[in-house]
Amino acid sequence: MTTRTTKQTGTTRRGALKTLAAGAAATSLPLWARYAEAQTSEPIRVGFQMHRTGIGAAYGRWYGRTTEAAARLINEAGGINGRPLEIVVEDDGTDPKRGAEVVEKFATQHNCDVGYGTLFSHVVAGSAPRAGELKLPYFVVSEGHHVASGALNRYTVQPGITDVKSQVQAMAPFVAANLGKKVTMIFPDYAFGHDHRDFFSAAIEAQGGEVVAKLAIPPTETSFTKYFPKIPRETEVIYHVMVGPAVLTFVKEMGEFFGPSRPEIFGFIDSLEAVDISSPGLEFLEGTYFWEGMPRYAQADQSPYDKFYREQVGVDDKGASLSDAKDVSTFAHMFGCWETLYVIKAGMEAAGYKGPQDRQALIEAVEAMTEMPHSNEHPQGAKVFNGKTHQVFGPQYISKLEGGMLKVQHTTSIEEGFYPDEVDYTKMSF
Amino acid sequence: MSDGSKTLALHGGLLVLLFALQFVLPAYHHGNLARIMVLASFAVGYNVMFGYTGLLSLGHALFFAAGMYGMGLAVQHGGAAPVPGLLAGIAAAVAVSAALGLLALRTSGVAFMIVTLMFAQAGYLTVLYFGAYTRGDEGFVLQQAQRVLWGIDLTQPDTRYFAALTLFAVCVLTTLALVRAPFGRVLIAIRENEERARMLGYDVFRYKLAAVVISGTISGLAGAVYGLLFGYVGATFASVQYSIFPLLWVLLGGAGTVLGPFIGTLFMFYLIDLSSAVTSAYMLVAGVALVLLTLFAPQGLVGEIRDRIWRWLP
Repeated sequence: MTTRTTKQTGTTRRGALKTLAAGAAATSLPLWARYAEAQTSEPIRVGFQMHRTGIGAAYGRWYGRTTEAAARLINEAGGINGRPLEIVVEDDGTDPKRGAEVVEKFATQHNCDVGYGTLFSHVVAGSAPRAGELKLPYFVVSEGHHVASGALNRYTVQPGITDVKSQVQAMAPFVAANLGKKVTMIFPDYAFGHDHRDFFSAAIEAQGGEVVAKLAIPPTETSFTKYFPKIPRETEVIYHVMVGPAVLTFVKEMGEFFGPSRPEIFGFIDSLEAVDISSPGLEFLEGTYFWEGMPRYAQADQSPYDKFYREQVGVDDKGASLSDAKDVSTFAHMFGCWETLYVIKAGMEAAGYKGPQDRQALIEAVEAMTEMPHSNEHPQGAKVFNGKTHQVFGPQYISKLEGGMLKVQHTTSIEEGFYPDEVDYTKMSF
Repeated sequence: MSDGSKTLALHGGLLVLLFALQFVLPAYHHGNLARIMVLASFAVGYNVMFGYTGLLSLGHALFFAAGMYGMGLAVQHGGAAPVPGLLAGIAAAVAVSAALGLLALRTSGVAFMIVTLMFAQAGYLTVLYFGAYTRGDEGFVLQQAQRVLWGIDLTQPDTRYFAALTLFAVCVLTTLALVRAPFGRVLIAIRENEERARMLGYDVFRYKLAAVVISGTISGLAGAVYGLLFGYVGATFASVQYSIFPLLWVLLGGAGTVLGPFIGTLFMFYLIDLSSAVTSAYMLVAGVALVLLTLFAPQGLVGEIRDRIWRWLP
């Protein structure tokens, strides 16, 4: 008995311990379950390197709004691989040093899966080496030729916006055929302007035209009157690509110089992104032509994708904010954020992306992409991605300013923007 | 313990601490500290001229960029390995600082500030002008293969940290030796009263020129190492803000103290890093902090410690 009792007592104690253990396990079960759940529903973190301050702030603001809209839609549609998408924003001050620090922060502090969204070329160039070293896929929205030129690394990709070489090359046939063959170029005297100078000079010569003068404007210039007399009389087209706050002065002074008789004028809308085209001083641009990455004004033949995109981002038919008509968007560029986020989503789904261990697979999945049809995911137009050069190619728009509105005159084919590969990133190691 | 022993113990202790930190710091702060040590070396160079000689330069970006571009162009276009590249960077910094010193030291006070500022601006525009080689504002990237020093890959976090620490140690110890040597005493004498130093028979111009060259060379070395460690050479580093930064770091940390530049750089880096996570007006936060420090710690953080506690601090 005693033994039994003892046994019983022992059994009871053991039973009590078992019960306690079971109870403890039961108590902790929801924790395990939560943990298991957390592993699968842990958000995909996209580090958004935003030009919130500095010279790129106007672009940054609209890149931010576009990113928010696309991320919201992606989450409403179930996220990426069943996981929610989280945008982690860090301001890089449009500065390459801070940009590199922000990339480090994404990779090592925020545990982001990818970095994304950089526009200004010097910030891309300053940040890309760190992204490559940290093996952080880095999706830029810059339109610089730096990616396709082979200057960067295997982890840096530009799948949502075309590069300046492609844009300029696609413009040249229209300029030569419709506006004139003798071109004077006016451009800022730094890398962005030099790219235009070099790429357009080659492209217009290929069309039988020539650049009769190249006027480089120092970045510190605030008045341009001394440059206009240097424009040769034989000039048929002025090609301008001024950027920054001095552009209003530039246009005004050009108007005063030429008066009613002027050559044809072709410019890049970069000059007037986030600027109301009806601003005082810009009247002289009436009747002139612009490159647009995506038409700011909704056109008569507006695609349903353009309509959907505007509604989601909150942009009206004139390219301004729905909540403030004076807040003009950077419409010709910001679609790149939208399209890039959808490329990230498609890449992660193709790679079965689960976490940072799959970053290499993600890059390979994006490199394997080719055609991207015109759709809600690609509202600017159909695209062709070149996996070797990590660069996307797409249509370009040439618009004429008529009655204070930019009307599309010509849309280039994707093929007009092609050029021979300058690099094969797929042969680089990870 | 003598003041000399205390000095060596403190500065040696900091270097040992920095060495040890690499084993315990999280990855993000590990990377930050490597960057801070290189930038602090820049500030150490600035401090030789401003803190010890009393020459307020507004053009030190010129020296930083001279070193960075001297190294970068040699590596990118000359195919140089990192060591010849660094030597090219140092040579460029020596040449530029000697030339600037010879011209700018003909002025003094406000005129000296303006002249150094103008030279730095001219340097910035020169970088843009030779865009065919420098890629202007966009700058250029140094690939991983170009950044292998004696078989050591400088793109790896550990080697980068160690390289940054080596640079910082060399700069701190050089400055320490400099300010404790008779030469450094003369620089301080010039800072305190230039006319008296001249009356005592010192060739003030020669000493000031030497200070400019030493300061410019240390700053240029920091620029060259920065480009090599972080793989990017760009015109931003030649712009006016990189002339203002070392001034702020030195003022914050304590002008005329060996450790001040490091403390100032560390403080400013994290002030911006932390405040930018909270507000886009982070430069306002930095500005307010500067105003408060100027009001309540006019000697800078280390300067105040020297005034109040450790009067032996060099």
